[in-house]
Amino acid sequence: MTPTSSSLREAIAPLWRDNMALAQLLGLCPLLAVTTTVVNGLALGLASAAVVVIASTTMAALKRALKPAARLPIALLILAALVTVVDLFTEALFFDLHGQLGIFIPLIVVNSGLLAHTENVASRRSVGFTFLSALATGFGFLLAFVALGAFREIVGHGTLLSDIELLAGDGYRGMTLELPIGGMLVAILPPGAFFGMGLLLALRNRLTATKPRDDRSSSGTPR
Amino acid sequence: MANAEGHWALTAVAAVALASAAFYAVHAAYDWSDERIAANERARVVARLNSVLEPALRGRDLTTTLLAITDSELLGSTEPVDVFVLTDRGAPMATVFATVAPHGYNASIDLLIGVAPIGTVTGVRVVRHRETQGLGDAIDITKSDWMLQFDGKALTSPPAELWAIGQDEGEFDAISGATVTSRAVVAAVKNTLLYFERHSDELYARAGEAAAAGRTNQL
Repeated sequence: MTPTSSSLREAIAPLWRDNMALAQLLGLCPLLAVTTTVVNGLALGLASAAVVVIASTTMAALKRALKPAARLPIALLILAALVTVVDLFTEALFFDLHGQLGIFIPLIVVNSGLLAHTENVASRRSVGFTFLSALATGFGFLLAFVALGAFREIVGHGTLLSDIELLAGDGYRGMTLELPIGGMLVAILPPGAFFGMGLLLALRNRLTATKPRDDRSSSGTPR
Repeated sequence: MANAEGHWALTAVAAVALASAAFYAVHAAYDWSDERIAANERARVVARLNSVLEPALRGRDLTTTLLAITDSELLGSTEPVDVFVLTDRGAPMATVFATVAPHGYNASIDLLIGVAPIGTVTGVRVVRHRETQGLGDAIDITKSDWMLQFDGKALTSPPAELWAIGQDEGEFDAISGATVTSRAVVAAVKNTLLYFERHSDELYARAGEAAAAGRTNQL
């Protein structure tokens, strides 16, 4: 394995193998709170991804200039500014969606998973690696948000992609799927977030636990 | 010198540069979004005002006067609430109250209640609530038609003692599983009608004064 492909593999690990939410269990508060629908999860996931990519890449570019003791406050400064901008943009462009996400857009600034990436990875790695890894982290979060949102919306409301017009515009109203099942209310309530999260973790553990064995049997060489 | 460990002078320069960039970015974003957000909020108020007016008035070019009224007992808040008086060439056509129902299940419920000059309800909509999803959120017109039962009601029909939910021997349906929410909304609508009954002349007089002083909006 060449160094490039191994570091590429490492950079994209947060997408699935080291997923912040599903493997490291970081940033769970917004994940559990807003994922009552796919659209809410998608919106907050996109906002989080945009913030972590810009913040981490900036920190990586500056790492040689910064004393380690100053990294965290400066990372927070960048995150706070970005999140404020994202918050204002969302309120200007997606007013009703902004109302639904409420406090959780401003709270992206203290998402421990994003902060960890902005602080740790960006202080040790190149700009390119950090950029890729931040993309993987952001989209890993997005994946968790959308998966949990889809589970809770299907089970709880019996719909998929309801309120899509808030994000994509009125023309996309027809994308909402009405499934022929009644809603099971508990999935929408806070306990449902934990049930869904537990199932998602179990699924992820099941998928990743069998992977090494598959690798061995196909390549024939022990790892 | 600058090395992998950084240097305090460089750190300071970077911090100042970043702080300036952050300040500029937030300022620019604020400038860009300020008017859009205000327009969004106005659009929401107009859309909601229309939704509680009788159908014949919707979209008509009425003069709207915004009053701030405080009545913690009947309008539900110790803060001033918005009251919109809609007039057509000085004649009152409708009054819309941004009443607060203080005793919702999780928090107070912000309502918009339209009242015709003769004292009948022309529409009730929820503006903001934190009721339980799937139960109390049936007060939201996108979730259920529950709010429509107030249309056309007045303090005399049903009589005041029947302005309560069924469980309290009143005439209004409660949302099943959300008795507290239903009770809070019915009480808020009743109190708003009481306020209107006692103070409508005063509201119209104040709206007339505001109109004479040019403080009106064409919504």
